[in-house]
Amino acid sequence: MAKTELKTKAENKTQMVKIYIMGSMYEVPSSLTIMKAIEYAGFKLTRGSGCRAGFCGACATVYRKEGDFRIYTALACQTQVEEGMYLAQMPFVPANKAKYDMETLDPIVGTMLQYYPEVARCLSCNACSRVCPQEIQVMDYVQYSLQGQFDKAAAVSFDCVQCGLCAIRCPAEIPQYHVAMLARRLHGKHNMKAPETLEKRVKEIEDGEYEEGFKELMSLPKDKLRHKYYHERDFIDQKKA
Amino acid sequence: MIRGYPENMRKSIENVNKTRAKRLTETKADLTEAERKEVLNNYHPDYNPKFKRDLAWGPNKGDNIPNEVADVIEAYPVVNPDDIDLSKIDYDVGVLIIGAGGAGTSAALWALKKGVPADKILIATKLRLGDCNTVMAQGGIQAADRPEDSPLIHYLDVIGGGHFDNKPKLAKALVNDAPKIIKWHKELGMMYDQNPDGSFVENAGGGTSRNRMHCSKDYTGMEIFRVLKDEVINKEIPVVEFSPAVELLTDETGRIVGTILYNIETKQYFVVKAKVTIMTTGGFGRLHVAGFPTTNHYGATADGIVMAYRAGAKLRNLESTQFHPTGAAFPEQMLGLLITEKVRSLGGQVLGYDGEQICYPLEPRDVEASSLIKCCASTDNYVETPTGMRGVWLDSPLIEELKGKGSVEKNLSAMYRMMQRFDIDISKDPILVYPTLHYQNGGILHDENCYSSLKGLLAAGEISGGVHGKNRLMGNSLLEVNVFGRRAGITAAKEYKKKGVKSGKLSLDHVKKSVESLDALKMKEIRHSPMILPEYRSEAVRDRLVKLYEDSC
Repeated sequence: MAKTELKTKAENKTQMVKIYIMGSMYEVPSSLTIMKAIEYAGFKLTRGSGCRAGFCGACATVYRKEGDFRIYTALACQTQVEEGMYLAQMPFVPANKAKYDMETLDPIVGTMLQYYPEVARCLSCNACSRVCPQEIQVMDYVQYSLQGQFDKAAAVSFDCVQCGLCAIRCPAEIPQYHVAMLARRLHGKHNMKAPETLEKRVKEIEDGEYEEGFKELMSLPKDKLRHKYYHERDFIDQKKA
Repeated sequence: MIRGYPENMRKSIENVNKTRAKRLTETKADLTEAERKEVLNNYHPDYNPKFKRDLAWGPNKGDNIPNEVADVIEAYPVVNPDDIDLSKIDYDVGVLIIGAGGAGTSAALWALKKGVPADKILIATKLRLGDCNTVMAQGGIQAADRPEDSPLIHYLDVIGGGHFDNKPKLAKALVNDAPKIIKWHKELGMMYDQNPDGSFVENAGGGTSRNRMHCSKDYTGMEIFRVLKDEVINKEIPVVEFSPAVELLTDETGRIVGTILYNIETKQYFVVKAKVTIMTTGGFGRLHVAGFPTTNHYGATADGIVMAYRAGAKLRNLESTQFHPTGAAFPEQMLGLLITEKVRSLGGQVLGYDGEQICYPLEPRDVEASSLIKCCASTDNYVETPTGMRGVWLDSPLIEELKGKGSVEKNLSAMYRMMQRFDIDISKDPILVYPTLHYQNGGILHDENCYSSLKGLLAAGEISGGVHGKNRLMGNSLLEVNVFGRRAGITAAKEYKKKGVKSGKLSLDHVKKSVESLDALKMKEIRHSPMILPEYRSEAVRDRLVKLYEDSC
């Protein structure tokens, strides 16, 4: 393990800001994301760092700023540090996910109420939407789910990275992001049927229709294959000069 | 700063705006075979001898691979075999899956489907279920399911894109299973984008001759993974999190019979005995090959390769690394993060400082990346950021002209949101990009049923070698994790049910032997591996970026 010292002084011309990690003060370069600033301060992350690119929801962060009563939230990997941030990383979100067998479910409101009866407790306070680092209208999709409008619930919730901040803030104790998952799967399975061309192609493959073609292609010497690739491929969809 | 960009960059954006109308109908021609060769040889890090060396020991001794990968292979184990009590078994399972990404979860679901009871499966993972590259894949997944396409055409695209160095049977499995995978995904309830007539939205990809990129906006990998994860939890398949495998276990015959897990939070070791082990630990982006930033998740440190190699597994195609042509070069906070190829699938072009096209936007990835490096390293037609990064423009506003107003936000909502956080509106302004380390083209050698060269060990996903040859095409990695994850699960179920397979005494003898081989090398620098997590607590991390261009020339 590399030995590191806490960086409390600017070592070059980098502009520094003062932040608080779990209550302790650190000076870090102002250009860093919250995640990189925590590492700069000397922490080796295990919790709270996953994809580091805004897709996995591991780095949900709650913070306040000096002189500001509001609670802010962010993904640590997608947010630049600011002077006076009081940061806390969410290591884990306790939120029960219902277990279900998709094969047996109907895309009806009763399904949602059976697995997540708590959606009916929504107070319409909209705290969930305000806390969402993806700026999703969480309350709207909870309401759509409660009404069985899974198409709308799916569309509104689609960009959810499942960080769980909504579930932590909800006074009605709804695990919104799990609700959204069920809504999307019901919609994706029942309302967005695959086109017939897919089934047809699967059958052709299973019937071995391409086996001859594969045998021929796979037995070609490299120079023949190369010629086929560079000179015989046709591009029917793309504009080529 | 003016709408997210400093003034000097704005000047170049004016050039981009000026040429846009002309470029609407003009696409620069793709390169000939000879031109491709020239740009790869001169500018792709794979072809630059200073980034590589010959591996000094083991089954692939002599293979010319990236220095950073050789560093973790030519390294002493972190575990001292004498410290582990192998007589006490913590988990005794039928199918052990190391790695909980797309391949690992697919494998678990298919092993279950083919008859392995859930409580006889164990998924072990370094971080959380789903801290993986799958969840970060944006652009799409290839499947030749339109009437004007076929698995044979897909095959030729794959083989040519891989410089004819793919293992043909693996390439066939990849393309031939693709429609089946999409069908499975639809049964699970995944939401692939569809046109109003019910057909799938299918886009172009670099090096593909048909539009066959299925997508869920630019959250394709996330949509696939969160459904797989939901299903793993529904089926009550046991998952051990924050517990990376640190060594495999072998018996007297060399058969793989389990692993040692290390809980990175409680700092305890756990012994797992398994009838069959599937290695799905993903790639090596966090080794920062050739000094590049990476698109990969935090745990992508080649651990699986290291462990399997110590146990004697043969590797393949590790000489080849994929640099994604378009990583973010600005703002600094997003440096190296993926700007999906879908931007180019939808019509986005790559432009120099002068606003003119640098190359055909949909070359295979290695060719496209090399063309961009060439522009930044050997011409002055690049854009410089305030921190000294160089990049070229990816003209996303062109998509609004080609596909209609609002299409950027609709089809690229992740990219739009990411840049919006830094006050950049990619529907109005282009994105500054430079190649970034993206994908491990090679890895553990296996056959089409995922058998590695070692008894008891299967491999699937990014850790595998041979599927993509020397270069992977867009949309074939989401496909790969599902195709070979599924095949590994099916094979594992078959192995699980086999009667009379004897596994002998659990041992770490192969680790002791590897130490002897390493001693014989008399290495000056003593390193240890697997790395488990990269080290980001030093100045060196940021200094590395400045060297990027010097090294590219």
